[in-house]
Amino acid sequence: MSTATATPAPAVMAPTAPPKKRKGPWLPIFFWVFLVITLLPIITMIVYSFNDTPTSRITFHWHGFTTYWYQNLTQVQGLPEAFLLSVVIALLSAIISIALGVPLAMALERYKFWGKSALSTTVFADIAAPSIVVGAASLSFFLSSNITLGFWTVLLVHVTFCLAYVVVVVRARLSGAGMVLEQAAADLGATPLVAFTKVTLPLLVPGMIAAGALALAMSIDDYVITSFVAGPAVTFPLFVYGAAKVGLPPQVLCFGTIIFVIGLLVMLLNSWITRRGQR
Amino acid sequence: MTSTDPALMRGLTQSRMSRRTLLRGAVTGLGALAMAATLAGCGIKGSAGEAAQNVDWKAFWASQKKTGHLDFANWPLYIDQDKGKIPSLEMFTKATGIKVNYQAVIQNNAPFYATIAPQLRAQQSIGYDIIVMTNGWEVTELINNGFVMELDHSRLPNFAKYAADNVKNPPYDPNNAHSVVWQSGFTGLAYNKKLSPKKITSFQDLLDPALAGHVGMMNDNTELGTGGLLAIGVDPVTSTPDDWRKAAAWLTKARSNVTGYYDQSYIDKLQNGDLWVSQAWSGDIFQAQANGSTDIEFVVPEEGQAIWHDNMMIPMQAQHPVDALEWMNFYYTPEIAGIVEDWVNYICPVPGAKEYITDELEDPDVADSPLVFPTDEMSARSHEFYVFKNYDEYETWNSIFNPVIQS
Amino acid sequence: MTALAPTAPAPTSTPPSTLRARVRRNPAPYLLALAGAAWLLVLFVIPLISGLAVSLMTGNPQDGYTFTWNWGVYGQLFGPGATTPYWLFLGRGVFYGVMATIVTILVGYPMAYFIAFRARPEWKNALLLLVMLSFLVSFIIRTDMWAFLLSDQGPVLTVLRGIHLVGKDFHILGTSAAVIGGLAYNDLAFMVLPIYVALERIDPRLIEASADLYGRKPATFFHTVLPLTRSGIFAGILLVFIDSAGDPVSPSLLGGTHTYTIGQAIQDAYLTNQQYNVAAALSTVLMIVLGVILFAYARIAGTDNIEDLV
Repeated sequence: MSTATATPAPAVMAPTAPPKKRKGPWLPIFFWVFLVITLLPIITMIVYSFNDTPTSRITFHWHGFTTYWYQNLTQVQGLPEAFLLSVVIALLSAIISIALGVPLAMALERYKFWGKSALSTTVFADIAAPSIVVGAASLSFFLSSNITLGFWTVLLVHVTFCLAYVVVVVRARLSGAGMVLEQAAADLGATPLVAFTKVTLPLLVPGMIAAGALALAMSIDDYVITSFVAGPAVTFPLFVYGAAKVGLPPQVLCFGTIIFVIGLLVMLLNSWITRRGQR
Repeated sequence: MTSTDPALMRGLTQSRMSRRTLLRGAVTGLGALAMAATLAGCGIKGSAGEAAQNVDWKAFWASQKKTGHLDFANWPLYIDQDKGKIPSLEMFTKATGIKVNYQAVIQNNAPFYATIAPQLRAQQSIGYDIIVMTNGWEVTELINNGFVMELDHSRLPNFAKYAADNVKNPPYDPNNAHSVVWQSGFTGLAYNKKLSPKKITSFQDLLDPALAGHVGMMNDNTELGTGGLLAIGVDPVTSTPDDWRKAAAWLTKARSNVTGYYDQSYIDKLQNGDLWVSQAWSGDIFQAQANGSTDIEFVVPEEGQAIWHDNMMIPMQAQHPVDALEWMNFYYTPEIAGIVEDWVNYICPVPGAKEYITDELEDPDVADSPLVFPTDEMSARSHEFYVFKNYDEYETWNSIFNPVIQS
Repeated sequence: MTALAPTAPAPTSTPPSTLRARVRRNPAPYLLALAGAAWLLVLFVIPLISGLAVSLMTGNPQDGYTFTWNWGVYGQLFGPGATTPYWLFLGRGVFYGVMATIVTILVGYPMAYFIAFRARPEWKNALLLLVMLSFLVSFIIRTDMWAFLLSDQGPVLTVLRGIHLVGKDFHILGTSAAVIGGLAYNDLAFMVLPIYVALERIDPRLIEASADLYGRKPATFFHTVLPLTRSGIFAGILLVFIDSAGDPVSPSLLGGTHTYTIGQAIQDAYLTNQQYNVAAALSTVLMIVLGVILFAYARIAGTDNIEDLV
């Protein structure tokens, strides 16, 4: 027996890091430049919401810093009502489209059934269809059926397009999850209902929240479709579009800034929670 | 978009097309046509055809009561404002107890009319008790189709007492049966003294290449067409379709200089310098000047300018018609009209307001301005819009002037 | 992110041939899908058909519209005798859509690439968030801010004129470029996200292998990375093109006299002129044209492109 220390079997060469190539600076520069460009209008909006213009309309010239517009958000005729209407419609659309879309997504993702591909194509068409076509078609429909335009037609149309987004998001989540867990639960003696509530539903919840957030965002920001079917109802985007023609009142910028800040906080909170979850 | 969800993108890009699906699609298409045929039963109702309701107006007004609330729809920047409050409306509320919900939702006559027409056809309330619309096809439609109420002039003594002669008994609404004027206005030209290379005095100046890319015109067919008619020296009121075509040809010639056709947004662009010259409404210019844009000047072109009237009307099925009448009556006094005029600066329908503004409000800029209380000479150079006799005429006008805007 | 292999038991009997038999066998999917499907049918499918039906009506706002199988309206609007050049507006819409799509690819791809490969892992989500951040604000406000910034006396042009980069008469607003820029700006997120997702899914070992094979970065990129992300690009193109081709807002707020597009024409026909049949016909044609273009694109790009997305 050799007393020499057994030579260790040749170790599998640990992959060496490739020689550190110097990465060019252009890509980061490109990224940051364009990032700033995308944020320019936002910065403009935030800055000019503090501008002390004498004429209640925004102008370039800087007249001095003021928080007057924030203190008098409700001054502008019709703006708070329009904003409230948009929020209400967005919330209702999100809720209804989740209620309709989650079962629909489950059916499409988990089962084969007659009409599945037609239904799937329809959902896809709903997302892909240009807003102007959807708006025009909906208006044609309401006119031919003599339905009065207003709050309800806006809500109906918003739910219709939110529905497609909800279905797509939830389907994608479901396709990741698979039926294995449910079957495992069944193997362990759970009835289908229990399997659903204890296994599937908790899995669905993050998907539902994501879908709901998406539906909310799509609904609150929709202009084209709403402009066709709103009739006398005025939502926030409709109001802003109309006001933009004669000169925006600074309060609109204030509302925009507030929404932006709230959204930003929500996103930050969301990623902070995810990070904590990951640790 | 608040979701950065890759799952969404996965889902969006899933495959769902196959040949079988395509065949199915073709079959569905045929089925769609069949369904369309069955939908043939549903047409879209027009505005005429609904017989103007035969209402006994005396009895109607006798049965109506004041409710204490008023929904007032108007154009933007068209009523006095003081840091977000409306003094004239507040005085109205104090004097009568009627609370006013004021909505500046009317941006343009045609789109607003298109919004309310379906509801009026269906004999539903549009949510407003007073609407303000410019005389033109839409007002003619509203009156002819019975969409607006007949006013009870026994409750409008102030109108009879204080209104100017030129707003009484207008050609488009004999005896003010359905409307009383809110404001009148001139449509002329406006230009930026500093930025424009030359002084503007005539429509022909718009053709000057030195102004290329900085000329604005209106996208309202009536305004644009009337401007074109004046530019070729034709009086709009007596014009014929041939004249309209010649006007359209002139406008097309001018188009190479024009930056865009605007609704009221021209004023924004004039003020920020994008436009140097534009078709403009007299009141907008007066307000712009008062707001500090002293470089902008209103010009009555040599060929003449247009004059129009914005009319208050009560739509059918209005929920608070008596309150609407009360406001109309309240407005037609030198005091209230003066207060509104001091801010709005269009043409005041109450001549007595001039004294009020001079004496009480001490604002000679407004009182002495020919844009608010026009001189006889200006009135002589002002022309009314052409009055369409029927829809076909309106169609013809539109089909001639639409291509100028849509290019 | 890997999908779990489905383990549903294979059917042991011949599948039922009639619908009723199928429903009786397993009613679950039909019950689940019922409400949503019914909603889509009534409020999405039928309106589209209704749009077709209205286009075949004749009449005017005064007398009302009646259904008359008036296929002639399409000839009237797009044929040689058309008074208004709707074909031009349609072409312009498609052109703007194509250009906006190209711009978003040129800008969005590098941005997605940067986040996927050049950013440190802990920062990836934050960077993605930053890109998406601007979309928290209403797109009309954003577009209007651009109109504000790009106007002749506004900050951008004042600076450019100050450093003598442009002449006195240079203007941005009112040009096709401004409209395309606006469209691209508003749809950037639609392009960045799918490309990012596709990039993230690439196994880094593939890139290493490709680097070994090709040696140079550009070759690696074009031969390996780009083809692997075709699906993401396709998804982005789908969303951006469709959204841009019919958009009436950017041309309206940022455009001028020669930027009038089909989207604006449809809106004006409905809302201003109340020519419902004309408007519906324009809308139907737009839908068909877009559908054809996308279908053709899908075929050209290769059907395998779509299948490997799942």
